[in-house]
Amino acid sequence: MRMDRATERMPHIADDRAAVDPVVDPADRSAGSTRSAATRPADDMPPAAEGRRRGRPGGVRIVCSLLVVASYVVAAVIGPVLLKYDPVATDLSVRLKPPGTRLPDGSIAVFGTDQVGQDVLAQMAQGARVSITVGVATLVLAGLIGVSFGLLAGYFGGWLDAVLMRLADIQLTFPSILLAIFIASILGPSVVNVVIVLAISNWVTFARVTRSQVLGIKRRDFVDATRTLGARTWHLVIRTILPSCTASILVVATVVLGHVILAEASLSFLGLGTPASTPSWGVTIANGRDYLSNAWWISTIPGIGLAVLVISFGVLGDALRDRFDPRMKSL
Amino acid sequence: MDNARDNAMGNASTAAAADCVVATRPLLSVRDLTVQFRTRAGTITAVDGVSFDLAEGETLAVLGETGSGKSVMAQALMGLVPRPAGRVTGGQIVYDGTDLLSRPLSYTRKLCGTELAMVFQDPLSSLNPVFRVGAQIGELFRRHRGASRAEARRKAIELMDRVGIPAAARRVDDYPHQFSGGMRQRVMIAMALALRPRLLIADEPTTALDVTVQAQIMALLAELKAEHRMSLILITHDLGLVAGVADRVMVMYAGRVVETGGLREVYETLAHPYTRGLMASIPALQGQRERLTPIAGSPPDLLRLPGGCSFQPRCRFATDICRIRRPELAPVPGRPESHRAACHHVEEVIAHGVPG
Amino acid sequence: MASQGDPLLSVRDLHTSFPIRSALLRREVGRVQAVSGVSFDLRPGRTLGLVGESGSGKTTLARTIIGLERPESGQVLFDGRDLFAMSGAELRRTRRQIQMIFQDPYSSLNPRLTVEQIISEAWVIHPGVVPRNRWSAEVKDLLARVGLNPDHADRYPHQFSGGQRQRIGIARALALRPRLVICDEPVSALDVSVQAQVLNLLIDLQADLGLTYLFISHDLSVVRHVSDEVAVMYLGKIVETGTVDQIFATPVHPYTQALLSAVPVPRPWDAPPRQQIVLAGDIPSPVSPPSGCRFRTRCWKAQPRCAEDEPALTDRLADHRSACHFPELPAHTATASAARP
Repeated sequence: MRMDRATERMPHIADDRAAVDPVVDPADRSAGSTRSAATRPADDMPPAAEGRRRGRPGGVRIVCSLLVVASYVVAAVIGPVLLKYDPVATDLSVRLKPPGTRLPDGSIAVFGTDQVGQDVLAQMAQGARVSITVGVATLVLAGLIGVSFGLLAGYFGGWLDAVLMRLADIQLTFPSILLAIFIASILGPSVVNVVIVLAISNWVTFARVTRSQVLGIKRRDFVDATRTLGARTWHLVIRTILPSCTASILVVATVVLGHVILAEASLSFLGLGTPASTPSWGVTIANGRDYLSNAWWISTIPGIGLAVLVISFGVLGDALRDRFDPRMKSL
Repeated sequence: MDNARDNAMGNASTAAAADCVVATRPLLSVRDLTVQFRTRAGTITAVDGVSFDLAEGETLAVLGETGSGKSVMAQALMGLVPRPAGRVTGGQIVYDGTDLLSRPLSYTRKLCGTELAMVFQDPLSSLNPVFRVGAQIGELFRRHRGASRAEARRKAIELMDRVGIPAAARRVDDYPHQFSGGMRQRVMIAMALALRPRLLIADEPTTALDVTVQAQIMALLAELKAEHRMSLILITHDLGLVAGVADRVMVMYAGRVVETGGLREVYETLAHPYTRGLMASIPALQGQRERLTPIAGSPPDLLRLPGGCSFQPRCRFATDICRIRRPELAPVPGRPESHRAACHHVEEVIAHGVPG
Repeated sequence: MASQGDPLLSVRDLHTSFPIRSALLRREVGRVQAVSGVSFDLRPGRTLGLVGESGSGKTTLARTIIGLERPESGQVLFDGRDLFAMSGAELRRTRRQIQMIFQDPYSSLNPRLTVEQIISEAWVIHPGVVPRNRWSAEVKDLLARVGLNPDHADRYPHQFSGGQRQRIGIARALALRPRLVICDEPVSALDVSVQAQVLNLLIDLQADLGLTYLFISHDLSVVRHVSDEVAVMYLGKIVETGTVDQIFATPVHPYTQALLSAVPVPRPWDAPPRQQIVLAGDIPSPVSPPSGCRFRTRCWKAQPRCAEDEPALTDRLADHRSACHFPELPAHTATASAARP
């Protein structure tokens, strides 16, 4: 069935006006003329006016959140180099010192020290490296699986779509914590296993978003046009449809990244994530659990740091969606 | 129902309307209306100093293409200009002696439905898809006339019958998507005319419809207009559609009025190069098949309008003065005073001959 | 190879329909009969105008011919060979010669590709048609040919106006040097002033490149302007076909007459007075079309015979065919008695 210009709202299913009117030949003039009437650029309204809802395209939000994220990445890369962290080196003489204490070797413990005398800031820098690595690796893995499944389900439809989407539904009903426990108990805690667990829990969002995008795009005229040129399935899916989905996928990715980092911290907090020797933020927060009353900074400061990063990703994703949405509409 | 009707294609409606146009105060008087939009890329003047009168019982056709400002003008009349980006920045809209722009928006809103009504281009997006059609029509009676639910329903069925929807009593409970395009448009017309407004604005009412259905709808509009003694502003890009119903024509380009006058006057004289070009762009349904002489160039970019006459980049009669000085709407020499055109070279344009 | 006199495109008794599935179990509960037994010939270098309104099936017919839909039955012969009986390389080679121009300039171009990429995509798909090092030059050539500035090849579609985008679409259709171009409402979404430009372009291209057109439109004035022959469709069937002069000057089928009388004319006082026919009711559902003659529910001439007996497309006046039991034949025709009961 032909469809008129699809409004690309993500992650919901795109409009399908023609399907709604049962009286008329789906491929004929009424659908076409509704299209033509609707696509005459709102008669006198210039396309730029469509963006009138927002004075700016979320540029400030994008810049701010990117700055925050970038500073974390820099900290993750440079931090551990500047602030040496040795998981087994303990110095009990400087344990549980509050933030700003001058240490015997002359340095300042900016965020204090933990229960074995390790500098909390150094742990955080190291932890940033772990968390971000896990986050990105999970994102890539979940993204690959999810986007592929979404493309297949959306493009081919039919039983393949049904099977893949039921798989997604099953996946969603399965609590990720349970899965993590299951895998951790079999394979033991390690960074790789955490990535696997999180990827399995998070591919569904990618799949669903990709699928709904594909459903909307595959009916657009330019896909038909490429088909009439003689393009075969591979070309159509990868080189014609997929590029139009990337904007939405990118937006989803930023949101999922924040979610994954948080999930990894939770798993580590429960002891199911990275081994205790790799101080991801979850581990650090977990370690400080027993000292909340007398040394609150061990858990709280990494917790705040984590929260700020996740919020930044959320804001970034939000702003990116707003940035991409009106441009799609003006097409 | 209608079958074949022998009706000399012409101005039966014009003759009747001419009798109705009495020399009293016009129903609607617009002066120097200006509407602007603020966009990221700059300010756009969608309607630039438009003036016209509309008498009771008269039909005015507003002709224009993309960027002409005709739809925005209609929205301004009804108080529907989208805010905050759009603003009416100047002029007067004097309806029945009162300047609507000097009153708060609530005044205009109160007139909507009762005195002023509008029919839109795409009924599928203008009707609320989650309410039954009868409820949508009936709501007008309940809100403005204090009718009871049963009374409103009765009136809705009556109206649907009047606009030619078969089995109205049964279809009053249907949803908009259960109707075909033509039927939906009839529902829209029923809603617009429910409270017997004095002025109906029809914005491209038949553009999305098949040509046979279009004929039905235009016939219906003509009937209802005569029955209710209504004034009609018909907004369209279709010169042929106008010819069947309009008393007067106003041609707009890039937010300005470029030509206006009685239907036959304008169509036969074609004093403005744009109107002339439009006429020459339409393939003939009868007679010789000649090569079309299209208007050069593209529709105007409202962000980058040229100085002087906005049509000048596309005009083959353009000279230096056209690039500098904006032509004002002035009576065409040698024609009745009501026929005006905004062009520096009107005589030359007319002398060029009417395109086939 | 077929000789010059043979039709380039021959459609034989084509049927295309779409299933309607129930919401829950997706079982087929009915079929939309979009194209029901359409046959026609199109000779090389000619333009056949296909006219019809909603539900006529003209768009589905076009999409079936170009291969975007599969027919239920019937044949589409290109150069004498059935397209749906071919496969593999031969099919791809043949389909290259049939291209399409789409209606909506705002959605028929991939917004992520530059104009050059859009046009050269054809050569990516069919390597060998144009050598790689000549792509840029060919693109510029094509752009110039359709009246666009060749230097704009690196721009994106949203930087062009509707009429310009349509020209890009035309350039893309020409990239594979087709012989048959199906134009699906190519000017319907354009402003009147731009329509004329694009129409002139299409006519010029036909003359320059020897193209054959299947021109689909609901706009009769436009169809009259570009076509040599015209076929009028109603609810999946062709009801009348003939040369453009025959159809427009002496329409025989009641639907054609109604259609022509409904088209608004800019200067009706100049034109000869027309009989004003306003059809009753709406187009019937293509899921269950009326028995016998499909037009009978809106036809003022309908008799009981029309419900029982479906009229065949009969040639009554020198290649001017109509499907009606009571056609209005021109008074001067000697063979008028053929269809009267």
